[in-house]
Amino acid sequence: MSAPSDRLLTYVLRLADDNLILGQRLGELIARMPELEEDIAVANLALDHVGQARNLYQYASELDPEGRSEDDFAMLRDEREFLNAVLVEQPNGDFAHTMVRQFLLDAYQVPLYRALSDSADDRLAAIAAKAVKEASYHRDHSSSWVITLGNGTSESHQRTQTAVDALWRFTADLFAADEVEDELVAAAVAVDPSAIRPAFDATVADVLAQANISMPADPYQRLGGRTGFHTEHLGHVLTEMQILYRSHPGVTW
Amino acid sequence: MPILRDTGDADNVAGQDASAHELWPVVAAVPDPEMPPLTIADLGILRSVDEIDGRIVVTITPTYSGCPAVEYIEGLIADAVIETGVPADQVEVRRELSPAWSTDWITPQGREKLEMSGISPPRTLLDGTPVRIGLIACPQCGSTNTTEISRFGSTACKALYRCNDCAEPFDHVKEL
Repeated sequence: MSAPSDRLLTYVLRLADDNLILGQRLGELIARMPELEEDIAVANLALDHVGQARNLYQYASELDPEGRSEDDFAMLRDEREFLNAVLVEQPNGDFAHTMVRQFLLDAYQVPLYRALSDSADDRLAAIAAKAVKEASYHRDHSSSWVITLGNGTSESHQRTQTAVDALWRFTADLFAADEVEDELVAAAVAVDPSAIRPAFDATVADVLAQANISMPADPYQRLGGRTGFHTEHLGHVLTEMQILYRSHPGVTW
Repeated sequence: MPILRDTGDADNVAGQDASAHELWPVVAAVPDPEMPPLTIADLGILRSVDEIDGRIVVTITPTYSGCPAVEYIEGLIADAVIETGVPADQVEVRRELSPAWSTDWITPQGREKLEMSGISPPRTLLDGTPVRIGLIACPQCGSTNTTEISRFGSTACKALYRCNDCAEPFDHVKEL
């Protein structure tokens, strides 16, 4: 059984890694989006996610008995040490895929950050109170695209349905909890994932209904991200993200 | 900790010791690098200037979690304080996230400067909730017949709009 401070460190890394990996995925799209406005949008989304990740890694650095820096957390951990939910490491795919992935994460992060801003841990509460405003804006953006694409052409509708069908199996991982959450929830530090699940479900049901997209029937859910068991895609993300830092240790710019 | 003291208002800076008191206008005059007509005091990100154990401690709050200008602003603040003769090792700039910055903290003077620079100021929020009051007016002709053309703009804090009457595109500071 790990010490309480280790559990808090693990929890902070879980929150941070979701943001860093999605930020990296969105960064891959800069200069590749279908229109200029969306190119600016993905860059801004990525900036917010990486910013949230940095605030969390800086806190993790202070909690870490090994004294690792924020760069160490981002650049020197291997795949099995990353604790993000498997949803955010999924490839960008087409535009519908990117927006559905964003929407599912936003629908989770808004109630998460809202609840976390009441955390007994002042630092987490402050980071979350800042982040919830950004997450709400992201959700407005991604949900409006899901609705637009779902009601667009038969092609955009089909692509959106395909994306929802492909990504839904990675959503339960967002809410996976173990003794880390259990004990931190008891201490009023962490958010109980089961307590925010109804808000997530309501948002998803509402937006998909407006988009004329059906909920996937396949009940299969791929879990494991929170304990470092990832899909094949994370290793590729890390390879590209970490190559420069690992080739030139301690590099700054 | 005192929050949002206006520059030049003696009542608002009462209670500070002389040194920090004298430095407030110097720090408050530091320009925002992304919207240079505005100072960091206009933008509402300057929280306090204090003297703690003989050191000058300036506290600011970032607008967005990932605002790329924060580190640069910290450098500008340190430079401004050092220029008054304070030794470099006696200057510290702290970042505080809580309470989270809101566009409601932009001062009336700051909002005026935004409009004069062709940027539409943010609407007022109701107690921090995302209920926006009023319409977005074109900073060129004043028409409220405007359309959002991009939810994200040239910096993290702005969206892009167009005036349907005078046809000018303009930046709008997003309500946060």
